[in-house]
Amino acid sequence: MICDDSPEAHKENWGSRHALNNLLFTRSAPLMLLLIAFLVRSASAQESPYIVTYDHYLEEPGNLEVEYFSNFGTQRGGNDFHAYWLELEYGATAWWTTELYLDGQTTFNDSTIFTGFRWENRINPFRREHFVNPVLYMEYEQISEADKIMKEVEGHDVEADHADPNAIARQGHNHEVEFKLLLSKTFKGWNVAVNQLATKNLLPSDPWEFGYAIGVSRPLALKASANRCNFCPENFIAGIELFGGLGDTQDFGLHQTSHYLAPAAAWNLPSGWALRLSPGFGLNDNSHRLLLRWGLSREFSGFGEMVTNLFEGRR
Amino acid sequence: MLLDTAIAALVAGGAILGFAQSKDAAGSPMDHLHHSHYVEFAKVPETARSRMNPLVNDPDALLAGRKLFEQHCAECHGDTAAGGRRAPSLRAEEVQQATPGTLFWILTNGVVRQGMPVWSKLPEPQRWQIVTFLKSLTPSPPAAPAVVFDHAH
Repeated sequence: MICDDSPEAHKENWGSRHALNNLLFTRSAPLMLLLIAFLVRSASAQESPYIVTYDHYLEEPGNLEVEYFSNFGTQRGGNDFHAYWLELEYGATAWWTTELYLDGQTTFNDSTIFTGFRWENRINPFRREHFVNPVLYMEYEQISEADKIMKEVEGHDVEADHADPNAIARQGHNHEVEFKLLLSKTFKGWNVAVNQLATKNLLPSDPWEFGYAIGVSRPLALKASANRCNFCPENFIAGIELFGGLGDTQDFGLHQTSHYLAPAAAWNLPSGWALRLSPGFGLNDNSHRLLLRWGLSREFSGFGEMVTNLFEGRR
Repeated sequence: MLLDTAIAALVAGGAILGFAQSKDAAGSPMDHLHHSHYVEFAKVPETARSRMNPLVNDPDALLAGRKLFEQHCAECHGDTAAGGRRAPSLRAEEVQQATPGTLFWILTNGVVRQGMPVWSKLPEPQRWQIVTFLKSLTPSPPAAPAVVFDHAH
């Protein structure tokens, strides 16, 4: 067997592998959703409108939520982009939710690429509601530097980071761990959530990076109407998010950081589907001028039981 | 390569989590599950227990509560609230004799270690609407334990 280790051959292999990954990613996501939809029953969700901020509510145990999100961003000094990700969120227990992300993006006049995966865990250490409810968040991510989903903004992330063509940007890889403290409280229908994050690239030379996200939201009506309806005001939740970077251990603060303000709305349908929309606006010169995000999700109950039965041979 | 890793992680994660779920569900008999849920009622603080349902005279509360129950509760407690594989009967004597404030507190705080999530994400009036519906149910003894088919026996 002849093994060609030349840079050209390596680049060609890399390219074809990514093309295959892109194909599998874009084709497998809808198929997976369809398969799950046939196997388990849908559940009605009460999704918050947040896309970046987390409140303290975890997935119901045994339920699987399949979510698709898009992030369209304008880009100065480069091409606009459309990044997207698939989230598989599973309620392992009432106090532990685990989630897998698959990320991809299309940069206009450039290419479409798969940019990596993330595995996230959220744990509620307390047994009941408190004045403020803390949730611990841990994530491992293996993504390329071409990743543009901007699920969080951290450290010195700025708009110029996304200006490189995909062929160059995807050569850089990040293996990161991320920790967040999620604080959240709901009072008289208003939810207030504050997240602090710390991220570390696993390269020893890289510093810890910091960021924040704050969200406020409220349903349009607090009482449910007596009839099952799609357009009842209680099905709509409106809110606003503020998020950005806070530098790193070598240069903590707002210097060379980006920040966004994003109104957000969620529409929870009785059929189990939820739609989210959030236009985000950059607050300084380091930020993208516009990030337009939208998402579609559906919750399925009994997924855990289905997996259990599968492995134990039950019907 | 990345996708391979992701798929492997998904499958392995699914297997581990499925097992964890099965341990939760099958590790304790159903009657014990039910009993341990009702024991939670005794832990409700007195101030919460004595709260009155502000929607008790609201003519729409019952229907709205039924709708909310079907959307959020029936998947575990069963369509008729008589209990399911994952959660106890809400028609049981313990539930029907509990004060509205007790049910509201349980709904708000969940019974997290027993698998019931917190439901404070539903606004307070919606939780009271659910309580109104629960208190309207015809009491009945707890559902018989669900039969779990087990090849080992």
